[in-house]
Amino acid sequence: MGVITRTAANNFTTSGVILPAAINNTTVASIDSLSNVSTGGAMTLLNTTTITSNTATVSFSSSLITSTYRTYLIKYINVHPETDTADLQFNGSTDNGSNYNVTKTTSAYYYFHNEADNSTGVDKEPSHDVAQSTGFCQIPGDTVGADNDQSVSGFGYIFSPLSTTFLKHFWFSGNCHTDSGYTVQETVAGYFNTTSAVNNVQIKFSTGNIGSGIFKFYGIA
Amino acid sequence: MSIALSLANNLTTGGKFIAAAINNTSVSNVTSFASIPAGGVLRLLSTQTASDSASISFTNDGSAGLTTYKEYIFSFINIHQAATSFASFDVGFRDGSTDYDAPKQTAKFEVYHTEADSTSLAYSGGDDLANGTAFQRIGLSGYNNDESMSGFMRLFEPSSTTFTKHFISTTNAYYTGSNASWQEHVGGYINTTTAIDGVQFKMSTGNIQSGVIKMYGVL
Repeated sequence: MGVITRTAANNFTTSGVILPAAINNTTVASIDSLSNVSTGGAMTLLNTTTITSNTATVSFSSSLITSTYRTYLIKYINVHPETDTADLQFNGSTDNGSNYNVTKTTSAYYYFHNEADNSTGVDKEPSHDVAQSTGFCQIPGDTVGADNDQSVSGFGYIFSPLSTTFLKHFWFSGNCHTDSGYTVQETVAGYFNTTSAVNNVQIKFSTGNIGSGIFKFYGIA
Repeated sequence: MSIALSLANNLTTGGKFIAAAINNTSVSNVTSFASIPAGGVLRLLSTQTASDSASISFTNDGSAGLTTYKEYIFSFINIHQAATSFASFDVGFRDGSTDYDAPKQTAKFEVYHTEADSTSLAYSGGDDLANGTAFQRIGLSGYNNDESMSGFMRLFEPSSTTFTKHFISTTNAYYTGSNASWQEHVGGYINTTTAIDGVQFKMSTGNIQSGVIKMYGVL
C-alpha cells in the first residue's frame, strides 16, 4: 500500500496536477468522446443505416439536418432492390417527414454500356428529370437489377437545406448494374424550389423494397 | 504531505478528478484513444510518389487487401508520363491472384476544349470494356514539361463477395495532341463477386515519370 501511495505521489506535481507518466493509452481506452476536442476533419459521419431485409424507405431526419452543418453528403453503397428494374428516388420534406412532397426541378445526364457490347451512349436523360414536381425524383440507380450480384452505389450532396432565403440545391452521381446487364453512370442535379427549410430527406425505390444496402449520412463543416 | 493536500484539492468529494487536475501536459503521452476514431471520416491510407515508375499499386489499407472501408478514394495529382507520344492512364483490379485482370463492364465519355476554341462531348466507344480483363483507361497525360493529369476515382466496397463492385472516375488533363483541356469520365462495375484486394495504375506506354497518387478510406 505504501509503495503504491509513494508511486502515485510521483505522478503528481506539487500542485496536484497529474503528470504524463500517470496516463497512457490504456488509461483512456474507455473514453469514447472528447466534447471539447476536435477529432479532426471537416466531414462528420452522422448516421449509418444498414439494410439487411425488406425496407420501404430510408430517411434522414431533422435530428441529423441541423444548423451545425451547411452541406450534407449521402452515400449509398451496394443498394439492392427486391424488385427488378427499380429506380432509386429522392425527395425532401418541410414538415419533419410528415409529407415528402417538396417541389423540385432537376436535370440528368448518363452514359452507359451493356455487357453484350452493342449499346453505348452519353446523353441527357429527360425521362429521369422533373420540372416543378412534388413527386419523388430519380437519382442515380436506373432500372437496378434484382439478381443477387446487382446493385447501385453513389453519393449526393445537399447544400444548405435549412436556408429560408434560397432554394436548395442537390447533386447526385452514381453507378448502377441494371437488370439487363448495363453499367449506367448517371448524374442528377437540381433544386428544391422552396424557401422553406427542408429538414428531412428520404430515399426509396420506385417499386418494391430495398433488400439490402448501406446508407451513410455526413455533415460537412 | 504538500502533494497530498494539493491532490485532495483536485478531487471532488466523490473522489473524481476535477478539471484542474488534468491539463495538456498530463495527456501528452497519449497517442491514441482506442474508443475514439482519429482523424475524421476521410483517412489518408497511403501516398505513393511516382519516379519513373512502371506502375503504382495499392494492396494494403493497414492490413492486407482492401477490407476495412466501404469506400476508397484515389486522388491523382499531376500525373506526368515518361513517353513522348500518346499514352493513356489506366487502372486494373486484382481479385485474388497476382494479376490485375478482374473483368470490368465500363462506360466512358470525354469532353474537351482546345486552346484554338474547338469543343466536343462524345461517348468513347474505343475505350470502354465489355467484361474485359484489360486495364481500363481513365485519363491521359501530356508529356511536355508543364503538362499533366489530375483527378480522382471512387471504389465502392471492394471486399464485397455478394455484389459486383462499382467505381467512378473523373480526370482532367492537358492533351498534348490537340493542346486541350481534356476531361474523361468512367463508370463501371468489376464483374465478379470475388473480393478485390488490389488496385494498380499505369500508363499504356512507358512509365509514370512523376506524380502523386493518394489512397483514402472513407468511414
